[in-house]
Amino acid sequence: MALKIVKGSIDRMFDKNLQDLVRGIRNHKEDEAKYISTCIDEIKQELKQDNIAVKANAVCKLTYLQMLGYDVSWAAFNIVEVMSSSKFTYKRIGYLAASQCFHENTDVIMLTTNQIRKDLSSPNQYDTGVALTGLSCFVTPDLARDLANDIMTLMSHTKPYIRKKAVLIMYKVFLKYPESLRPAFPRLKEKLEDPDPGVQSAAVNVICELARRNPKNYLSLAPLFFKLMTSSTNNWVLIKIIKLFGALTPLEPRLGKKLIEPLTNLIHSTSAMSLLYECVNTVIAGQYSCSVGSVCLRISVVKYLGLLAMSKILKTHPKSVQSHKDLILQCLDDKDESIRLRALDLLYGMVSKKNLMEIVKKLMIHVDKAEGTTYRDELLTKIIDICSQSNYQYITNFEWYISILVELTRLEGTRHGHLIASQMLDVAIRVKAIRAFAVAQMATLLDNAHLLTGNMQRNGICEVLYAAAWICGEFSEHLENPVQTLEAMLRPKVATLPGHIQAVYVQNAAKLFATILKNQEGNTDSTAAQETSQLMIDRLPLFVQSANLEVQERASCILQLVKYIQKLQQKDVEVAEEVSALFAGELNPVAPKAQKKVPVPEGLDLDAWINEPPSESESEDEQPKAIFTKEEPKHSRPRHTEVDEKELARRREARKQEQANNPFYIKASPSSQKVYQETPGVEHIPVVQIDLSVPLKVPGLPMSDQYVKLEEERRQKERAEKKKKEKKKRKEKRSGRGKKHDSGPESEEDITPAHVVDIVTEEMPENALPSDDDDKDPNDPHKVCDIQGNLQDGSQVVVSVIFENKSDSFLKSMEFNVLDSLNSKLQRPEGSGPHDGLTVPFQLPPGVSNEARFVFTVQSIVMPQKLKGTLTFIVKDSSTHEKLDFKLHFTCTSYLITTPCYSDAFAKLLESGDLKSSSVRLEGVNMPFHHLLARICFHHHFSVVERIDSCASMYSRSIQGHHVCLLVKTSGQTVSIDAKCDEPTLLGNVLDEIKQTFSQC
Amino acid sequence: MQFMLLFSRQGKLRLQKWYVPLSDKERKKISRDLVQTILARKPKMCSFLEWRDLKIVYKRYASLYFCCAVEDQDNELITLEIIHRYVELLDKYFGSVCELDIIFNFEKAYFILDEFLLGGEAQETSKKNVLKAIEQADLLQEVHSVLLQFSAL
Repeated sequence: MALKIVKGSIDRMFDKNLQDLVRGIRNHKEDEAKYISTCIDEIKQELKQDNIAVKANAVCKLTYLQMLGYDVSWAAFNIVEVMSSSKFTYKRIGYLAASQCFHENTDVIMLTTNQIRKDLSSPNQYDTGVALTGLSCFVTPDLARDLANDIMTLMSHTKPYIRKKAVLIMYKVFLKYPESLRPAFPRLKEKLEDPDPGVQSAAVNVICELARRNPKNYLSLAPLFFKLMTSSTNNWVLIKIIKLFGALTPLEPRLGKKLIEPLTNLIHSTSAMSLLYECVNTVIAGQYSCSVGSVCLRISVVKYLGLLAMSKILKTHPKSVQSHKDLILQCLDDKDESIRLRALDLLYGMVSKKNLMEIVKKLMIHVDKAEGTTYRDELLTKIIDICSQSNYQYITNFEWYISILVELTRLEGTRHGHLIASQMLDVAIRVKAIRAFAVAQMATLLDNAHLLTGNMQRNGICEVLYAAAWICGEFSEHLENPVQTLEAMLRPKVATLPGHIQAVYVQNAAKLFATILKNQEGNTDSTAAQETSQLMIDRLPLFVQSANLEVQERASCILQLVKYIQKLQQKDVEVAEEVSALFAGELNPVAPKAQKKVPVPEGLDLDAWINEPPSESESEDEQPKAIFTKEEPKHSRPRHTEVDEKELARRREARKQEQANNPFYIKASPSSQKVYQETPGVEHIPVVQIDLSVPLKVPGLPMSDQYVKLEEERRQKERAEKKKKEKKKRKEKRSGRGKKHDSGPESEEDITPAHVVDIVTEEMPENALPSDDDDKDPNDPHKVCDIQGNLQDGSQVVVSVIFENKSDSFLKSMEFNVLDSLNSKLQRPEGSGPHDGLTVPFQLPPGVSNEARFVFTVQSIVMPQKLKGTLTFIVKDSSTHEKLDFKLHFTCTSYLITTPCYSDAFAKLLESGDLKSSSVRLEGVNMPFHHLLARICFHHHFSVVERIDSCASMYSRSIQGHHVCLLVKTSGQTVSIDAKCDEPTLLGNVLDEIKQTFSQC
Repeated sequence: MQFMLLFSRQGKLRLQKWYVPLSDKERKKISRDLVQTILARKPKMCSFLEWRDLKIVYKRYASLYFCCAVEDQDNELITLEIIHRYVELLDKYFGSVCELDIIFNFEKAYFILDEFLLGGEAQETSKKNVLKAIEQADLLQEVHSVLLQFSAL
């Protein structure tokens, strides 16, 4: 025996230990992988030896390699061997390796239960400690169940070292095996008052974590925690307790009041930032009192948080924040931009009539000092926001505001020229008393236009000239020296301005001209007036040559006018009166919604036709219509009863109501389906396109807006010689999505005659169709229900296919056939074989479309289905048989039915626990959140349960009653969807389809 | 805390501790992602970042990055303190610790971490107690190896 050990340890001397391995890896930087593979071979040899020391060494090395990313799962059993060594040295390494390498699916974990139990009850506290530490990393539900009692006993161990570990690990046990919580809780509570601070803090930790998940059950502990909070000096514990109270206060509002004092004390006394932060956080969440916020502000480190808190407080107690104006203004001087921006936000809510000027003055100083255009622009918008908020509520002196705006135009490189311009216009139009002043200021601006034209980019500061020119023109009677302004507006430099500004210049030059004429004609000397006309005639041709249409048009129009005026002037005719009549009348500001306030005159019926509606039958071929209406009754079994009618009407009403209440519901335009797409230039190409729109109808359910998405498929026609014949007859389709036409060959020379079968999704809920043309409406729910009347629930879907003949030939004897799969079968009339086709109950004259319905039996709805099918038909003129292949794509989405769900029912459903979850992330989705939701609702038949900011829960149900719940969150361009469903496969497929929807946009 | 990673400026993982059960593949993916994200950040940037639904708290000490992932409601600043406390513990144990100490004695670094944190929660806030526990366990190990050597002879 002794010899064996000696031999073993001699062997060991030649082995690499961990240090050698690490060194080796560092020395073999070039061929690391090769070196490691030799090392792993060595380790495998070492593991085969009996000597536990060698094994432990090997396992230790493996742990290192595992960290480097190598797979060591093959050595799991050896790790268990080392764990069960009686020597602490090896046991320690074994447990370390296990805690690093094992996870829930490691099957050898089952073997460890007894070993761990033995170690837990070891007399050596470090054995126990090591076992507890290891267990905390790889505890499984089974281990938790089997060992819960042992660990519970350890919670009352004599050594605090073990007690605290046992208490902490209980949290992991609770998570894995919740049943253990009830028996263990009293003991856990006891530990809150353990004499050892370590154990105490461990217990606080565990209870706080538990309470975060379900605070309600822990309300009774509040007094105990309150005591701890006031007595403890351990910051770690305090943070946890404060967090716990943060979770408890919403449930027990009285706690909030009690907490103010200790929290304020802590904020004042603590030097630990983390604790301070936690306090502030809790204060923000609870909105306890405003005094706390101002305290925070004084502490420079958490300035940002303090400001954040203030902005929350501002909403509830605006007065108390206003008293800290100076502090906040000081923050504007802060080095950190984010703090400055926060402070700006606060200022917005703080202004009053009294302090507005002062604050803006301060801000203007900052504008001058600010470096970096972003921050300066931010300041600019804030100044304008602050001043213009609630209809200029706080502005007492508009002259002051105009001069502020004029001052702001001096900013270089701003991107908010447009904003300033619109403010100028707004003020000048709405505040009559200010116009004289505004006009004077604007005239100066126009005179100094060269200062502003440095930045020609869109939205640059030159936009201001737009406002200036308009104001000077419109209110020209206030101008002191109109001729000078006119001259300024007609400078050649103006031609470099953006087109829309030039256009305003030209138009307002004309207004100005009218005013000048009026002034000058009163004088005895008529030469002045003629000089002005001459000025116009000299300068306007510059604009007539403008590349901008608007400018050109206005300029040439006005030029001719002025020329005419000049002629009259030369004949000494007084024209001023008439010219100014051109621009007479005041422009008044009109609110965007003002139109609504205008009452509809009596006797005016907005819905009445002005002209007789065009007769619809004229445009359509008589024959197919006749066929359609004749044939139709055969297929819609006339089985309506009065009750059905009423019931349906009621349901339709309810549905409309629901849609009206659902902001995410988009009403599809019914006309889109009726429009035939004209595609000039493709007549010569033998293209056959069929648009098959396939709504799925589910029997017995009130909501039947189910649609199967059909995927487009293109197929080459077999033989080239057929081409010439086929040129004459083509089946084309109306395209739901326009773009599909591109798939056909474009020129006659192109020899590939392609029959393109284009099965396009036509998402159009049938309930969005007008109900008044129901005799033609193929989607009318009456008929659907009729067809469906005797069908069974949950396994049958109705597919409605629209055939459109876009060729010039008459098509008849159409037969529709689908290759059944195991899961989905086309229902055929009794007596027909499984491969027989179904006759389409109509013929198609050229350019006509019609719809047929087919019933499919579907076994399982959890997977999307693709069915191949063929449509055969006879071309009447040539009497040839033709064939079209297509694919029917049954998406999983199409099995979902929009079902409304209330948030409490939704919550219950989620809590029930029998739903499997899955999630998906969408990157780069660039659309507003409500569009995104509407898209999911619309394309995937979900309904929104609840929406909070950028987060929404959605619900839908499959025709077989599977619940599908979504939680959609967005941040930036990333959308994450967490979903739950009782059928994981279905869920996966639905998520894939949602993903696809968004990848296409 | 969900996990803790230590990695070098070159992106080499030096230590990893997972407090949530994840498969090796997921662990690898997460650590790769995170190491890349953090190394790409500039020194002046904030120590906290939001990553997936977690908050990442990291700090650089010499050439080593210490990185922790905590849940949304957790306190970032106390996590930063945890990192710092751990560095202090390593420093005390190894005597002005450097990256090589952790590389060559990586099992010791784990043992210290295990005495300090358990299941992702701080178990012992007193530095003295942690070091005492480690020293005693080491002593036990020493005794074992001495005995082993004796019996070998």
